[in-house]
Amino acid sequence: MTASLTFVGRSLRHSVRSVDALLTAILLPVAILLMFVYVFGGAIDAGGRYVDYVVPGIIVLCVGFGAASTAVAVALDMTTGVIDRFRTLPIASSAVLTGHVTASVARNVVSTSLVIGVALIAGFRPEVDPLRWLAAAALLLCLMTAISWVAAAFGLFAKTVEGANAMTFIAAFAPYVSSGFVPADSMPAGLSWIAEHQPVTPIVDSVRALLMGTPVGNSLWIAFAWCAAGIVLGRVASSRLFRQS
Amino acid sequence: MAYTIEVEGLTKAFGDTRVLEGLDLQVDAGEVFALLGPNGAGKTTTVRILTTLLAPDGGTARVAGHDVVNDPNAVRAAISLTAQEAAVDGILTGAENLRMMARLRGVKPGVADELLDRFDLADAADRRVDSYSGGMRRRLDLAMSLVVRPQVLFLDEPTTGLDPRSRRAVWDAVQTLASEGVTVLLTTQYLEEADRLAQRIAVIDGGRVIAQGTAAELKARVASETLEIHFADKPAQRVPVNAPDDVRRALEQHPDAERIELHRPSLDDVFFALTGASSEIAEPVR
Ligand SMILES: Nc1ncnc2c1ncn2[C@@H]1O[C@H](COP(=O)(O)OP(=O)(O)OP(=O)(O)O)[C@@H](O)[C@H]1O
Ligand SMILES: [Mg+2]
Repeated sequence: MTASLTFVGRSLRHSVRSVDALLTAILLPVAILLMFVYVFGGAIDAGGRYVDYVVPGIIVLCVGFGAASTAVAVALDMTTGVIDRFRTLPIASSAVLTGHVTASVARNVVSTSLVIGVALIAGFRPEVDPLRWLAAAALLLCLMTAISWVAAAFGLFAKTVEGANAMTFIAAFAPYVSSGFVPADSMPAGLSWIAEHQPVTPIVDSVRALLMGTPVGNSLWIAFAWCAAGIVLGRVASSRLFRQS
Repeated sequence: MAYTIEVEGLTKAFGDTRVLEGLDLQVDAGEVFALLGPNGAGKTTTVRILTTLLAPDGGTARVAGHDVVNDPNAVRAAISLTAQEAAVDGILTGAENLRMMARLRGVKPGVADELLDRFDLADAADRRVDSYSGGMRRRLDLAMSLVVRPQVLFLDEPTTGLDPRSRRAVWDAVQTLASEGVTVLLTTQYLEEADRLAQRIAVIDGGRVIAQGTAAELKARVASETLEIHFADKPAQRVPVNAPDDVRRALEQHPDAERIELHRPSLDDVFFALTGASSEIAEPVR
């Protein structure tokens, strides 16, 4: 426990001191948001106001993208000699990774809050219902944690920074083949099948329903189930990989 | 009595490269033990296996009474490692590195200041380690291994790249620890270092221990002392000195000697005699 907290402190310091990476993590999502609302927004018909339709998708995209950068951070960290020192300590093998994941969640909370703030300025008009917001926040936190753990495992598996970058690409593109930006039923048959069955869709649908005050249905439980699966799998896989490499 | 480090028939290969081929070692409690060997002899590989970083292919290794494969956490609780590559966190400051280690070892963060002073790093304490010189990193690295006094300390080439003053500081630290009862296993390229610090030395080559003993024993084994006799009018002569009488006899035989020199074999002579041939084949350039 002390070890995990110590590594959380270490990773937070790393985050704050890597100014370039921090700016990218926080400003890129805002740039993506502005692009969708002001550049593409006028051309896409999603029924209703597009800004209200797309912001939940952007939020999920940003969370995914930010959390996936954990893969790069972990791969980079593993190349430094200090990791061997940690491996010779009598502490839980996953403690170093817990630090990375927690710092990643913290970065994402900041960037997601910023995205929501800018979205409100840009005309996003969600429902004002504390319970629904709380549920959405819980789901987003779960999502950040899940993607961060999976990314940590991926970063250990990939070994190189270049390899770990592939995770960022997957996370950056998966949301496009979901209901995040355009309704899934507007896609060609094959793609819409993928869109309806991949994890991003229930997550985006849940966030959208929660924030816009529409019925949530089953998608919330499916979304939480996907996140729980990601957390468990990511944790187990990364602990294994950490001791092996 | 059980040994603090006990290695039997250790083998390890990386793909087709067979690095260890049945290595045996016994290190007593409180002993400073040096591993010598040419580049690529398997010193670092041995240290990595003993510190639970690498799984051996065969053989057994016990450190502080615990098997490194079956009970790695018990081994980890007893050891500290200063690896060949400095294991410091470049993004943190020197003081932060030490406080982090203190927390991970469950001791008061106050030891950080003590260690910064002791290793001459107090002025650089609040600078990021990325900006440290090689020697400063090395000293910080060693300090990080000494946040708690370990039962067994592993030092893989602890003074490589250090200037004479820093090297002396490291030697002093090792001697202090040894006097406090810490068992030290060190590898080094500097034979003077082994000679000065270690009670016993093992020379490894080709993945095995090829000679073992005190520095004096090893020297006696490969070469005797030689007497060099210089003359005013003819080339110098060398005579081996094996018994106390040999010097007197040599002088009686050469009344015209102008000057004499007694040569003791150095550990370098031992090293070349034992490993010279194979080290040339193993790794000619480095
Ligand atoms: N991870 C690895 N993969 C492949 N080969 C390796 C690996 N680690 C070490 N080796 C090889 O094993 C041999 C022994 O390496 P080791 O680092 O143990 O030598 P050493 O005695 O510490 O040498 P040096 O004095 O140069 O530090 C070398 O030939 C090296 O190339
Ligand atoms: Mg080495």
